[in-house]
Amino acid sequence: MASVLELSSDRTEVAASPMLPRPFVIKKVRRETEDTFTVELDPREGRSRFEFLPGQFNMLYVYGVGEVPISISGDPAGSTLVHTTRAVGAVTKAMAELRRGDVIGIRGPFGTSWPVAEARNKDVVFVAGGIGLPPLRPALCEILSHRESYGKVVLLYGTRTPSDILFKDELEQWRARFDLEVFITVDRASAGWRGNVGVVTTLIQKAGFDSRNTLAMIVGPEVMMRFTTIEFIKRGVNPDSIYLSMERNMKCGIGLCGHCQFGPVFICKDGPVFRYPQIKDLMVKWEI
Amino acid sequence: MYRIEPDALNELIQSLQKERYTVIGPTLRGEAIVLDTITSASELPVGKTDEQSPAKYRLVDKAEKTFFGASVGPHSWKQFLFPPTLKIFSARKRGETFEVSEDIESPESSERYAFLGVRACDLSAIQIQDKVFGGGAYRDPAYLRLRHQAFIVAVNCTRAGGTCFCTSLRTGPRARVGFDLAITEVIDHGHYLLVEVGTDKGEAVLSSVTRRPAQDEEIEGAEHAIRAAAQLTGRSLEPDQTREILYSNTEHPRWDVVAQRCLSCANCTMVCPTCFCTNVEDVTDLTGSVADRVRKWDSCFTLDFSYIHGGSVRPSSRARYRHWITHKLASWVDQFGTTGCVGCGRCITWCPVGIDITEEFRVIRETYLLNARGKSST
Repeated sequence: MASVLELSSDRTEVAASPMLPRPFVIKKVRRETEDTFTVELDPREGRSRFEFLPGQFNMLYVYGVGEVPISISGDPAGSTLVHTTRAVGAVTKAMAELRRGDVIGIRGPFGTSWPVAEARNKDVVFVAGGIGLPPLRPALCEILSHRESYGKVVLLYGTRTPSDILFKDELEQWRARFDLEVFITVDRASAGWRGNVGVVTTLIQKAGFDSRNTLAMIVGPEVMMRFTTIEFIKRGVNPDSIYLSMERNMKCGIGLCGHCQFGPVFICKDGPVFRYPQIKDLMVKWEI
Repeated sequence: MYRIEPDALNELIQSLQKERYTVIGPTLRGEAIVLDTITSASELPVGKTDEQSPAKYRLVDKAEKTFFGASVGPHSWKQFLFPPTLKIFSARKRGETFEVSEDIESPESSERYAFLGVRACDLSAIQIQDKVFGGGAYRDPAYLRLRHQAFIVAVNCTRAGGTCFCTSLRTGPRARVGFDLAITEVIDHGHYLLVEVGTDKGEAVLSSVTRRPAQDEEIEGAEHAIRAAAQLTGRSLEPDQTREILYSNTEHPRWDVVAQRCLSCANCTMVCPTCFCTNVEDVTDLTGSVADRVRKWDSCFTLDFSYIHGGSVRPSSRARYRHWITHKLASWVDQFGTTGCVGCGRCITWCPVGIDITEEFRVIRETYLLNARGKSST
C-alpha cells in the first residue's frame, strides 16, 4: 500500500492540471431549438486543435457560475471544439446567454469513447433519443469520413416533437446521402408533420441491418436505452456489440468526487460509453 | 522495541516539533475527544475513557492516568489529509477572459503533520484513501502532498471500544504496517509505553527521546493487552463474499426497514474515515473579479448528490442507505481492491438513531446464506 507514496512527486504535478479549466473563446453560438444551443470554441492561447475521441466529454465552466459535464458534439477532424446542450440548470442557462468572443473554461477530454474501430466492416446503427444525438455525432462524422470501411450505416432518431429536432440542416444533408439512412420519429406530431410518430424502438424494424454483423451505439434516456437494447437483442444482435452512453451527476470528471457512481463503475472514467454487458445488471435496478 | 516512561512522551512531542511537524493528537473538547493540535502530553485526554454504543458516546474517568485510554472519537485523520474544505483554484477576470491559478499551496494543503495516536483501524483507513486519491489514473495532488509529509505515530489498542469491529475485518487492534512509530501503552506493574520503530524517519525522531531497549516480559505484557482487546471486541462483520451478498440483494425487504429509521442526515459519511465524496462550489467576490472553486466534503445521503436534470437518481432513503453500505462493503472492492470499511465503529456511535452497519449487513448476509443453502440442497 505504501507504493502510492513512493511515486515521484513530478507525477502528482501532472495530476493537478485535470482540475484546472483552460479558457476557450466562443467563435460561434447557434441556437438549435427552443432550449438547445451549440457553441464552437477555440483554445485561447493559440494552441493546436483540441484532440478527443468520439463519445468523450468535457467539463464546461462558466466563470463564477459553475461547471457541468457535456459531451463533445463536433467532428473529431474539425478545427473547433463543439458542444451542444440544453439549457436546463444554472450553468447551462448562463452558458446560453454567452456570445461570440466570450470565454468558457474547459477541462477534458474525459471518459471512454465509441468503438469506431471495432465497428469497421460491420453495419452500424446509431440510436439517439432527444439530446442523445449530440454525443453520437462525433462517431457518425468519423464513420462517414471513412465510409468505405463500414457496412450499412443507419441513424434512428426520436424526439419529443418536430420542433425539438436538432441539427436540422445537417440531417437534411445526411438524408440526401445514398450511403446513410436516417429515420426520425416524434412522440407528439404537430401540424404539417408527415413523418413517423412513436417511440424510437419502432424504427428498428425499418433499419434493415444484418443483425449478425451489426454494432449499435445508443444514447438517450435510460428507459429508452433499455428498450432499444432489448429490441436489438431480440433481433439477434450480439449484446457485446451494443454500446450505450450513460449519464450521472458529476463534479470532478476524474473519478475522485464519487458522484457519478453507478454500482461499481464511475461513469466519468469507466464510461460514459459502456459495452452493454458491463452494465446490464445495473440497468434493470431502480435508484442504483 | 523500546520502553519509554510516561514523562518521556513530552520529549517525543518536542522531537517532532523540532522536525517542524505540527503535532495532532486526541484532546478533550466539550464532552468528546477530538483531534487537534497539541503541544504537550498534558493536552492528551489523560485518565479518560469512553463508553460507546449505537447513538451513544460518553466520557468517563478511569483510575489510571493513561494517555490513550479512550478509543476513536468523532474525528478521524482524514480531516487533515483530505480537508473538509479546500480551495482548488482562483480564477481572475482579465478583460474578456480569465486566468486560472492553482491554489493548492494554502496552509491546509501544505502543512507537515505528525499524527500522534493513530489507531490500527484509522491507519488502514489512511491506506485505503491512499488508493482512492493516489492509486488511479488521476491523483489528488493536495492529498498526496499532505500524506507524503505526514509522520505517523500509531497506538495499538489494548481495549475494545463499544462499537468497534476491527478484529473481524483484520484491520486491528494492532498496527502492522504504515507507521513511523507505534506505541503500546501498558498498565501492568506500573505505567510505561513500548515503542516500535517502523521507519528510519521514526528512528531519527526517537533518537532524542529518553528510552531503553524493552525487556521480553514488557513486550509480552503489551502483546497480552492487545490480544485481550481483540478478544473483547463485541461486534463483528464477516468480510468474505460481501460483493456477492450485497449485489444479489438489492431488493431485500431490510432496505425498507432501515429506511424507516435512517434520517439521511449524513453523519455516518462525515465521521467515516474513508468516505471521500466531494462537491465543488464556485464562488465570486462582490465585484466578480475573482472566482474561487472550493471543494467540500459531500455525502451520498443528500438528495442533491445524485441530482441530474429531471430529478435525483436516488430519491428514497432506502436507495441512499443501500448505496452507502453497498459502496462501503462491495463496490469499493471492485473499485479499489479493498473494502471501504475498517471497523472503527464511528458510523454506529454517531448515527442519531443508532443504525448498526454490522447488524444491517448481518441480516442481508443471513438471507444470502439461507438462499445458498436452499439452492445447494435442491
